[in-house]
Amino acid sequence: MLQEESDLSLVIAQIVQKLKGSHLYAQLERQAWGSWEKRILKSLNSMCTELSIPLARKRPVGEQKELLNKWNEMGTDEPDLSLFRPVYAPKDFLEVLINLRNPNYENGDSLSFRTHLGLIQVPLKVKDIPELKEFFVELGLTTGQLGIDDSTQVPPELFENEHVRIGQKVLAEQDSAAAQQYVRQGSPTALRAELWALILNISSQPEDILYYEQLKTNVIQHDLLVDSLIYKDVKLTASNDDYYFVFEDYLYQVLLCFSRDTSVLGHFAYNSASPPKSYIRGKLGLEEYAVFYPPNGVIPFHGFSMYVAPLCFLYHEPSKLYQIFREMYVRFFFRLHSISSHPSGIVSLCLLFETLLQTYLPQLFYHLREIGAQPLRISFKWMVRAFSGYLATDQLLLLWDRILGYNSLEILAVLAAAVFAFRAVNLMEVTSLAAAEAVLADLSTLKVMPLLQIFLFATVT
Amino acid sequence: MAGKVKWVTDIEKSVLINNFEKRGWVQVTDSEDWNFYWMSVQTIRNVFSVEAGYRLSDDQIVNHFPNHYELTRKDLMVKNIKRYRKELEKEGSPLAEKDENGKYLYLDFVPVTYMLPADYNLFVEEFRKSPSSTWIMKPCGKAQGKGIFLINKLSQIKKWSRDSKTSSFVSQSTKEAYVISLYINNPLLIGGRKFDLRLYVLVSTYRPLRCYMYKLGFCRFCTVKYTPSTSELDNMFVHLTNVAIQKHGEDYNHIHGGKWTVNNLRLYLESTRGKEVTGKLFDEIHWIIVQSLKAVAPVMNNDKHCFECYGYDIIIDDKLKPWLIEVNASPSLTSSTANDRILKYNLINDTLNIAVPNGEIPDCKWNKSPPKEVLGNYEILYDEELAQGDGADRELRSRPGQSLGPKGGRSRDSGRTVLTTWK
Repeated sequence: MLQEESDLSLVIAQIVQKLKGSHLYAQLERQAWGSWEKRILKSLNSMCTELSIPLARKRPVGEQKELLNKWNEMGTDEPDLSLFRPVYAPKDFLEVLINLRNPNYENGDSLSFRTHLGLIQVPLKVKDIPELKEFFVELGLTTGQLGIDDSTQVPPELFENEHVRIGQKVLAEQDSAAAQQYVRQGSPTALRAELWALILNISSQPEDILYYEQLKTNVIQHDLLVDSLIYKDVKLTASNDDYYFVFEDYLYQVLLCFSRDTSVLGHFAYNSASPPKSYIRGKLGLEEYAVFYPPNGVIPFHGFSMYVAPLCFLYHEPSKLYQIFREMYVRFFFRLHSISSHPSGIVSLCLLFETLLQTYLPQLFYHLREIGAQPLRISFKWMVRAFSGYLATDQLLLLWDRILGYNSLEILAVLAAAVFAFRAVNLMEVTSLAAAEAVLADLSTLKVMPLLQIFLFATVT
Repeated sequence: MAGKVKWVTDIEKSVLINNFEKRGWVQVTDSEDWNFYWMSVQTIRNVFSVEAGYRLSDDQIVNHFPNHYELTRKDLMVKNIKRYRKELEKEGSPLAEKDENGKYLYLDFVPVTYMLPADYNLFVEEFRKSPSSTWIMKPCGKAQGKGIFLINKLSQIKKWSRDSKTSSFVSQSTKEAYVISLYINNPLLIGGRKFDLRLYVLVSTYRPLRCYMYKLGFCRFCTVKYTPSTSELDNMFVHLTNVAIQKHGEDYNHIHGGKWTVNNLRLYLESTRGKEVTGKLFDEIHWIIVQSLKAVAPVMNNDKHCFECYGYDIIIDDKLKPWLIEVNASPSLTSSTANDRILKYNLINDTLNIAVPNGEIPDCKWNKSPPKEVLGNYEILYDEELAQGDGADRELRSRPGQSLGPKGGRSRDSGRTVLTTWK
């Protein structure tokens, strides 16, 4: 990414210039996203040109046959990926978010926001702790939780057995709304796969399996440049992960199909972004020759495959795994890398995180800011990935239970703040960004539910 | 005693030496007075050989039992288990119950195995019953996957035939002794890959049997996708999970080393197969380890100067049945990844805490009953004294699993086998 960084900052400066002086906030969003999206598309195009690889091409029959044979072990293929670079990494995206400005800010309208010392400068409404306590009431100290009350020291008769029984009942009755309510207290490992499928309304019908097979055929027949990016991402992230390396091949099977799935375009209807468009060669700007690229409108970034990886612990049938992932993406994950004012959008999450920290851990916040270690610079990557790859898998699944249960990603920001609170003592002693990163480098031993519970319900506010 | 523990080792591994040094122990040579000797298996053979006339004093401890090979040599392990089963059958023990096909219900945990060349004819008979089966040939005395190969045709093992002209010279020596076992060609696959389990078991005494299971075992995955196809029989990267072999595969990763923790396995199985069957699987794994130890207990030289940390290799098939593949007396202390180094360091640390109480100069007359607090990552797997004593359910894990074996029954059997209802 090094050679791209100077280009990037130039373009960002240009974006910022363009944004200054615009009057409508919604327009601001669209422009910010539009410029960003142009930037990444441009990067993609230039990669094509440099490497002389088309964005898309039909595979010759021989190659198709080979790929079909190798479908279950694409991980063993070692194409030369050294020249491919991820289109962007979370930190690049963070820079764009940091430079979002409310045009009204400079006119001195939102005085209270002036005291916000974090990186995000967009005054969105975020919940405070009293509101969060109400929203996440089932995480309270007097309610049983999986992730706390199922530990080995606690006799199962106190909570766990009954909770499992209720879960089984919910499944037997196939009650999706009840399931969503139920998983707020965590899902038993044996019931989780079914409960999530119930909440996401996924049932593997023959037509779903057929649809997946059609996508697979699409992959066999056509090669997309984006495939190499996916390949590279998996090799860089999931393949090196202690938990997920085993599932490398499943990740290709899911993500390659995902990039060709035009039904995913549907989510752009409620996403303030729009899918990146490309034009047939020679027809630049002519709408009739515009195509969405990649077909699903989603350009993967560095770490994208980590959205799929944890799901491999639950689903081992490729088409089911695919459906679950796709639904999780269009309901939740897309919000983590698009610009919007939605309360679960990444901008709001960043602001929520910073506000929580600044309000309830002011000493820590000021100290970190003072030493050039703005907390968001560290926590951003956790939130963008929904903590995948940072937490132990069993903890991650307990966290994602709550995302589904509350139909909101706000818990990610709360957890991020809770982690800082937990390590506050060590963080107060550091004197550089690098040292702060080191204190927070390893989250693999954290237990998320106690952290969340203590932060929300047991800290003096 | 006020003195510091004097240690010797002939295995130059940092995970060992760091542990000795952190206890403030003093390194000496084997010709000096020593208290603790972490030996390789070659050395233990010499120490306890009749010629050596080595007499260990009360303040000396070693990390192997003199005849550990009764358990750790592939042919002797099978022999002892077969003997054990026959004895139980003779006594009419319910443990030796068989099903309608003549297979042991509770003691069928070692794949059908024969010694070569001794059992060659028996093997041929068995082979002919299912000619499409694959068998795995393993040299009795080697480790790390050396010398292992797969066969599916009798012609491939002609030289072990007793009638073969070459056999009288070559194969009589124990060095050429092989075991041939039915190859488990339906292993449980995860992510399409074959794996085996490595579990560490510490035995402090065989009579009464007291053994501990290390909670942090791991799975070793093959780097290449598993295929039972006969064309891949020669590809050791597909079939053998030994890290010593996998390390040389093209796709070997030095970050995770192709290893998963047992906890990951548990989480995966519970999530995809359910809690009961997973609990049952783990209970069965504990069961077969204890049975294997009970099988060799009567023939083991229960020298009070000894303890031993074994590396158990177990394969799970796709019906979630665990199979005991072999037991290693000297599990590798080499670390292939950073995680590995930490694990092995802690393993040795916890082992020493149990074997050498308080890190002080040992007295081998002690009762070998460490307090619960020093167990670290070990948990009691089986304690014969306790099991006989209070008649209560023996704890395996603090979490409830599935009842296994003859339910609710307890019977005494010459003080050796006490049925326990696994919690």
